[in-house]
Formats: sequence, structure tokens, C-alpha cells
Amino acid sequence: MKIHEYQGKQIFKKYGVPVPRGIVVRTADDAEKAAKELGTKVTVVKAQIHAGGRGKGGGVKLAKSPAEAKELASKMLGMMLKTIQTGPEGQKVQTLYIEEGLDIEKEYYLGVTLDRATSRITFMASTEGGVEIEEVAHTHPEKILREAVDPAVGFQSYQGRKLAYGLGLSGDSVNAFVKFCAALYRAYVETDAALAEINPLVRLKDGSIVALDSKMNFDDNALYRQKDVVEMRDVAEEDEREAKAKEFDLAYIALEGNIGCMVNGAGLAMATMDTIKLVGGEPANFLDVGGGATKEKVTAAFKLILADPAVKAVLVNIFGGIMKCDVIAEGIIAAAKEVQLKIPLVVRLEGTNVELGKQILANSGLKITPADNLRQAAEKAVAALKS
Amino acid sequence: MSILVNADTRLIVQGITGSAGSFHAKQCLDYGTNIVAGVTPGKGGQKFEGKVPIFDTVEQAVKATGANASVVFVPPPFAADSIMEAADAKLPLVITITEGIPVNDMVKAKRFLQGTGTRLIGPNCPGVITPGAKCKIGIMPGHIHKPGRIGVVSRSGTLTYEAVFQVTGLGLGQSTAVGIGGDPVNGTNFIDVLKLFNEDAETDAVIMIGEIGGSAEEEAAAWVKANFKKPIAGFIAGASAPPGKRMGHAGAIISGGKGTAAEKVKAMSEAGYVMASSPSELGTTLVEAMKRKGMKV
Repeated sequence: MKIHEYQGKQIFKKYGVPVPRGIVVRTADDAEKAAKELGTKVTVVKAQIHAGGRGKGGGVKLAKSPAEAKELASKMLGMMLKTIQTGPEGQKVQTLYIEEGLDIEKEYYLGVTLDRATSRITFMASTEGGVEIEEVAHTHPEKILREAVDPAVGFQSYQGRKLAYGLGLSGDSVNAFVKFCAALYRAYVETDAALAEINPLVRLKDGSIVALDSKMNFDDNALYRQKDVVEMRDVAEEDEREAKAKEFDLAYIALEGNIGCMVNGAGLAMATMDTIKLVGGEPANFLDVGGGATKEKVTAAFKLILADPAVKAVLVNIFGGIMKCDVIAEGIIAAAKEVQLKIPLVVRLEGTNVELGKQILANSGLKITPADNLRQAAEKAVAALKS
Repeated sequence: MSILVNADTRLIVQGITGSAGSFHAKQCLDYGTNIVAGVTPGKGGQKFEGKVPIFDTVEQAVKATGANASVVFVPPPFAADSIMEAADAKLPLVITITEGIPVNDMVKAKRFLQGTGTRLIGPNCPGVITPGAKCKIGIMPGHIHKPGRIGVVSRSGTLTYEAVFQVTGLGLGQSTAVGIGGDPVNGTNFIDVLKLFNEDAETDAVIMIGEIGGSAEEEAAAWVKANFKKPIAGFIAGASAPPGKRMGHAGAIISGGKGTAAEKVKAMSEAGYVMASSPSELGTTLVEAMKRKGMKV
């Protein structure tokens, strides 16, 4: 789950991670008031959308007066902000964060996430702040410092010092940075974050260390014990169908194509999308109905898939394991009837009682194209689009 | 032979009275698995299916039955605790089926396992099966398996079944099939399992199924290139997945341009894997890999 920058900073503040003063606004008039209240010579007007790359897309601007903050805010509110992460249509800006201007001396990068190779929460720091960190990781991997935290003891001061001196910090900034990291680690662990990224992290002229930005993602599996985090969910930022899928306990991701997919198992679902693409088609979605593939789940899945107007054919690929193919076939037929399916349906079943399952599908009176294996199913779905 | 589990495996089912635990424990019993005990706190003294004794703690169960492996069906909020309980009772093997365990819980549990001599398989995996020993530990459909000499290792459940089904269809059968799970923190990785297959006299060739996210497949490829002696076929799911989207499994996400299918396929091909372009070709790709190494199929 993702949250906005200003929400990330609320969490930071709670754990003692230094952040600039800022005010959340939803109108241009409030932006002007906020800039006045902050009282700094310069204020920063920041569009609050979940996607990154806001600066380059025109979603972060400096205002030299409260009047200018109002003017910038009126332009930004309601605009479709396009960044490298939003997709071509962009994301509508509905909330702004007005922040005090600071005397910045130098920018850095600091990120905390799980390193899968070591199964440890790991700090990554770099002097190349403010730029694309993926780019730095690619071209100058030596410029990224890493410290893995032992979960038994937590983040240690020496690790903070290693990073601080590695970044070239000195004097009071070293201790400030060590404290900063310790607080950030607590914020990360106690909120069950999956990512805490600060780009840029800044050192001010007075030597203090401040999080100028914040990007936090959370572990969906731990949301059940993070009530405060769940309250920060902004449904307007999420895909409507993906949110709907969660209600039915289905894993669904909308894609750009026109062949709807319904599969049991995440790996097989991905492989089904891949195979559609391999034979010249475009999948409309990723959808894992889970091991059960009951009539209720299949019906809900059909409804989700068909809610996408781009879908012109549906491919169902189920490996009947514990659940027998004849039972699954009955479920597919009942669901197809309930949603009054009108577009071509290709079904590939495999597993126990597969022959019986196929027979049931053939005798259903519905226009179902059977397939013997995944590649054939994908080919038939692509062919169905053309006919 | 075979790997990890065999006819000597004496299994404890943790969470045996829950809905998933009881359903699958019954399926495992029917397949022939030697389940010697169940554990559910508060239900000690009862019996499962009228014959398997239930204990309150893993320690009690091990003491009373001499169990040497456990399978965890405990719900996500309590699963990491159950894994640590099994390690504390000195069980050498813990197979965790539970899906949806918080990552931070697994980070701690994995740290706890360090130096204990307990091997964890999973979490979020279908389990481990050795058909020749009638030992099925997990949620895989038993009847699609057949005793044989092909090893299968995979991050994905239903894709494992695809591979197993095709291998059985070819008349070859499996020595052992291992699901290592789709989570970012897991107990046993590809290399651990490939090492075991490499040394197993009853495994002739291996199918390895990976997916996008992380770098476990690249690391396995590097190890295979340097060490693996047997024919190996591979498949990577997720070539069409867009970056930044989590594809069902917590671990299946392309982030920061890393963990793409293209990179993994390239690394594996260069390491000597014969790669299948679709799961439909897992069986035939395996046969191709065996022929290239001069084996008669």
C-alpha cells in the first residue's frame, strides 16, 4: 500500500525523523494562507499524488510570495500530472502540500528496504541525492553505501557513523545523521513498511539533517495490525477495479490489452499473460482466483474482467488440483450464465476429471472454445478476436 | 533416496484443527504420509481423524512421537511464531504453507533459525513431495505425481503442478518436487535445493521454475554454471508483467528495473539451462535438455 508524501512526513515526525514544516491544502486560497503562516521567504508548493517523478512533471514549484503560492496552487489543483510513473493520462492533483523553504547546502539519497539476498532490512545511502537513484545504481554502484540491520538488535549507531562518514559528513551533522537513521529504522519497523525512501535528504547550512521528501510503501500482509496506516489509504489514487478485487479476495492487476484472463495461482496467471503475448495477443489483466476457484469467486472474477470495456475475449486457465475439473466446469458455466457472457470464452482445464469437465463445458449450450494446453488456449483466444 | 522427505519422515502438522490444516492433513494421510502428531494450543489430548494425537506444544509432540519434520498451516499472524517453535523443538525440517505472513515477521524468524540446524521450506509454498516414498507434505494434488527420477523446484504452486503433470504424462515421474514459495523472505532458495538434487543418486534431471522479482534465479544460474552436472530445464513467469506492480505473490514485483524475466532467462540460458518459452513446453524442454546431455529418454 502506498501513501502520500505529506502522510509519510506525518509518520516521520511521530518517530522523530526531522521534516520541514508544512501544511496540507485543497484550495488555492488555503495555499496562500499556508504560505503566510509558514512565513519563510520562499515556500514550496508540492502536488500530492502517489507516483514518483513529480518534480520533473511540474508538480513541485517554488513560490516567492504567498500570492505566488496561490497562483501556482490554482494551476496545479485539478491538473492531470504526468510523470514517468503515472502512465500517459496522468494523475489528477487534488491535494497540495505547502512547505517552508530551507537553506540547503547539499542533497543526499537515503532509502530503507528489504534486501532479499540477505533477508535483512537494509539502508542505502548516496551522495547523489535528488536524481534517479536507479540510474546511479546502474552506472555507479560504488556510490551507493549499504548497511544491513540485524533484526535481533536493530539499527546500531556504528552503522549510522559508517554511512555518515561514507557520505562525507562531519561535525554535528554526523550525530544528527545517526539519530536520523535510528528514528527512521523505528518508523520503518513499527509501521511494517516495505520501503522508506528520502530523495533528497538534505544537510542545511546549520549542519542539521532534514527529510525534504518522503516515499513510504507498506507490506500489505501486515495491514491487519496497522490501523493508523490503513486510515491513510487514498482510494482516489488506486485503480477502481483493483480495489474492488480486494473485496473478493482476488489478486487483480489491470493491463492495457483486450484478452481478459482468469487463472488459479499467481505464477500460472503470469505465465498465461506471457503466453498470450508470445502468440501475438495482449492480456487485459492479471487475475489469480486462488486455489478454490469456486462458483462465487469465478462469478466475481468474470464481473471484474468484463467491467473493462477493452476486453473482447476471455481466457480461463485452471489447473484443477485438489478441486476437480468437473466442479470447476460447473462453476464456470453458472458464472458465465449469471453475467450473461457475450464475448468469446476459451477455457483450458487440466487435472482431475478433466474429460468429464470438458464434456460438461461442451454440453452447456454456451459458446465455449475448449483448449488442451496453455499455448493452444492463447492461440484460440487471439484467433477469436479476429473472427 | 530423493531429497528432503522420504519414507523415514515422521511429520507433525502445526495447526491441524484449523480449516486448511485439517483438510490438507487428511489429504496427506490418504496419500500415505506418516503423520505422527498434530499441534494446536488448547487441544492437547484430542485425536485427529480418530488416530493422530494432538498436543499443545511442538516440544511435547516431538518428545512423545520422535517426529523429525513439521508442516505449518497456522494463520499468518501466528505463523512466524510457529516456525520458531518448531526450530526450538529442534526439528530439522519445517515446511510452511501459510500465505500472507508479514515480511518483518519472516525477517525475525529467519534470523532466529540461524545456527539452529532447522531448515525452513517456504512460506507461501505448496510443500514437498516424494512420490516414491508416498510422502506428501503440503497442498499439492497427490495423484498427478508418479515415482520417477526428475527433480522439480519452483517458486510457484500451480506452475509446479503443470511441470509435474507433464513429467508424469511423459512417463518419467518425479524423485522429489519442492515448492520454495513466492515470498521475498524464504527459508530455502533454489541453490539449496539444486545442491541436494545434484548429489541425489536418484535424480537424473531437474526442472526449475522461477518468476520475476529479486535475483534468486540469477544467483542459481551462476551456481549451476559452476557446479551443476545434470540436465536442467527452466521457465520464468512474468515476461509480460509491468514494472512496479505486484503480481499476486509478495515477491513477484519488478522494482527499480531489476528482477525482469529477460535478465533471468538470459542468465539461465548462459548457464546451460534449456529454457521453455511457455509452461506448455516444460515437459518437452526437459526431454530436450536430457537429450543434449546424451541421455536416452
